[in-house]
Amino acid sequence: MSNLIKENTKAIQKGSIWQSGWVNLLSRFVALIVVFAFFAFLVEDGKFYTTRNLENIARQSAVYATAALGMTLVIITAGIDLSVGSIIAITVVGIAWVLNLPTDDGFLINEYPVAMPILAVLGGMLFATLAGLLNGALTVWLRLTPFIVTLGTMGIIRGLAKGISSEKDIYPPTDTWIGSVMDPTITSQSRSWMLLPPGVWILIVGALLASVLLRYTRFGRHVYAIGSNEETARLCGVSVGRTKIMVYALAGFFAGLAGIMQFSFIGGIGQPTTGVSYELFVIAAVVIGGGSLMGGEGSILGSVIGALIITILYMGGQQMGWPKWVQDMVIGGIIIVAVAIDQLRHRKLMT
Amino acid sequence: MPTEVQNSKKPFLKMRGIEKRFGATRALRGIELEVYPGEVLALVGENGAGKSTLMKVISGAHQADAGEMWIEGRPYQPKNPLNARHSGIGMIYQELSLASHLSVEENILLGSELTRGPFINRKATRAKAREALAEIGLTDVQPDTKVSNLSIARQQMVEIARAIALDCKLLVLDEPTSSLTQSDIEQLFSLIRRLREKQIAIIYISHFLEEVKTISDRITVLRDGESVGDCQTAQVGPDEIVSMMVGRDVGDLYPRSKRDGDAEVVLEIKDMAGVTKPKSCSLQLKRGRVLGICGLVGTGRTEMMRAIFGLDPVKQGQIRIGLFDGAASPARRWQQGVGMVSEDRKREGLALNLSIADNLTLPKLDGLGPGRFVTPGRQHKASSPLIEKMEVKCTGPQQKMSSLSGGNQQKVAIARLLHADVDVLLLDEPTRGIDVGSKAQIYKLIDELALGVDGKTEPKAILVISSYLPELLGICDEIAVMARGELQPAQPVSQWNEEKLMLAATGQQTTGN
Repeated sequence: MSNLIKENTKAIQKGSIWQSGWVNLLSRFVALIVVFAFFAFLVEDGKFYTTRNLENIARQSAVYATAALGMTLVIITAGIDLSVGSIIAITVVGIAWVLNLPTDDGFLINEYPVAMPILAVLGGMLFATLAGLLNGALTVWLRLTPFIVTLGTMGIIRGLAKGISSEKDIYPPTDTWIGSVMDPTITSQSRSWMLLPPGVWILIVGALLASVLLRYTRFGRHVYAIGSNEETARLCGVSVGRTKIMVYALAGFFAGLAGIMQFSFIGGIGQPTTGVSYELFVIAAVVIGGGSLMGGEGSILGSVIGALIITILYMGGQQMGWPKWVQDMVIGGIIIVAVAIDQLRHRKLMT
Repeated sequence: MPTEVQNSKKPFLKMRGIEKRFGATRALRGIELEVYPGEVLALVGENGAGKSTLMKVISGAHQADAGEMWIEGRPYQPKNPLNARHSGIGMIYQELSLASHLSVEENILLGSELTRGPFINRKATRAKAREALAEIGLTDVQPDTKVSNLSIARQQMVEIARAIALDCKLLVLDEPTSSLTQSDIEQLFSLIRRLREKQIAIIYISHFLEEVKTISDRITVLRDGESVGDCQTAQVGPDEIVSMMVGRDVGDLYPRSKRDGDAEVVLEIKDMAGVTKPKSCSLQLKRGRVLGICGLVGTGRTEMMRAIFGLDPVKQGQIRIGLFDGAASPARRWQQGVGMVSEDRKREGLALNLSIADNLTLPKLDGLGPGRFVTPGRQHKASSPLIEKMEVKCTGPQQKMSSLSGGNQQKVAIARLLHADVDVLLLDEPTRGIDVGSKAQIYKLIDELALGVDGKTEPKAILVISSYLPELLGICDEIAVMARGELQPAQPVSQWNEEKLMLAATGQQTTGN
């Protein structure tokens, strides 16, 4: 470090601790522990911190958290993706539809038991990624705000999912490994070697990749730059349009991964009405995790913690026997409180 | 005259020993200031000298920790801006605070609406608005015009009218000319003189010493939170004011080494036109030369630069940069060795909630990690020498841009071009709204870059747009004037002076250049 920098470090250091990203994350981690401890205390007989319940929390939050990975990217660019719930639905339906492909005297899956599930997953992911790509392309090429675009595609994609399934649940003829990606492992003898359900592993690997992408690549720097100041990014030679399309495509991709998990979670059926209003939980997870809807701020780890907080609130509420309407109100309130505290902290920095 | 004013009257506002702390920083330490009715007091000082804090204390946005204030002899302790407003203090900030979706009259009476029962009294509102507009001589603005349809200069006047409508006795103008053209400034000045005649006290804050000389009666200089000088405007020269502001002798503000005039042409445009502006420009820029572009705001200067850089489309004409022909995207331009500094730091130039390192390295992230990876460590390593070279005051490369002063932010915006190591620098208003110290440094840097270091760095080619004529005349080798979207041929700087530039910029032909 140079002399000039050192000299000035003393003068401004006071503020800089609060500015560091670690404090930011730490505060969310503390919030997570507080919320967990709250229910751990209140739920009787220590039922809340049994291995089974911890695993359930991990399983349940994995769906939100995985979709939140993509949403984090989108929100950092000052965008929004309201179509996440619909993309999850179309992935679920897509998988079931492929598994359900008929032949003259039965089902394709009976003839190709290895290839068909893989094809189903690829098909579902393709649907999801294309949907994301559509969001990005419409936003960039038609110069519409992402809120409007994804509000529209939310309906379009949901409608498509219902159309493909003729508005009925699709029941695949046989169970496949796709249906068990979210099945418990710790509490099951035969699967305990996996340590965690495959879906949770997918989340962990996805989060690591997204984190590296965001922090240590040119693409990641560009994402932050666009969200912080799009004009500056353009001035500095960033291909703003291409980067945004990539971001929405990635959001679709991660929503697709979440869709695979959801498929397993709801018992391996292609339900076109699944995932309704999931986008709100996912957005809430990102925002609680430190993402700013104004862009330029947000982190993968923060969003994952946000998803965990929301899941714990829901599950805790359920186990406390709170009525559904109380749960809804508590989560709504927490979102507002979390963001308000965050803004207070920011305002402190400004003066 | 002003001395007479002082002798014959009591000050409208008097401040004694005003102190203000923010944590460990003492923003104000014992400010002494007074301003009399019918007087224009200029408040000058570098960024960070405490001007804006002082204004916030006057306007009630901040409360002083110590010291006393009086208005017309009565103690004055504003609890909030509304309080100050009721005490007769009107603030005009650099960033206008009008509701752009509302009409002129609605804005003038915003917060003090005239009503009849539960409804807005339209007739009374209009009358009151007309009266306020007439008072400041703005009779050609219709009260029902939507504010967003007015020019910036007009909007500013509407804001002054609003202050007048509220019976303000002290009008504080914070950098009012930073986004005005020369003729707008003239209008503003005649308005200020008019208000002075109406015995309104005026505090005028500005970086432009020429303006201060023109409009003020008295000058108070702030430095490091103290009032270090108080003098009659007529009795001091700009050099003395600058020395007081900086606290040391600045020497030559505009360095211009003898440069080689015979190098290769690196930027050439011929009959280039944008979609609406500019209509036609041709220029040649050689390595080692500084070419200034002068012209009124809105004549297409910025659009020309944006078109060269690929931010705006080129409708017709030719552009050649080095060996590259034709229009290209900003990404391409950076690769070709061209960099641009935008006139609008906040909106376009910088990503304010990112770090210095992020801002500095954004145009060229290659080599800051393996492959397409970028590691913060290498970003910091690449930024540190430039921060040092530009003398950016900061805690380090990881500090957020938003916490830097305007001058330091601008230094980062320019350092970005050094990081990308460009050959052609496009600078749009590179010193707008920054302190004199930073300005001097930027001028020095431009000179160094144009000169190059023997055997180490090649001379650069620099295109500068500026509304500030002394600056153009001080640092450029040649100046070309943009008038009504057409760029006139460049002339050596020795052929120009401020009058000739103004004449040419307003579209009148220069007589014998």
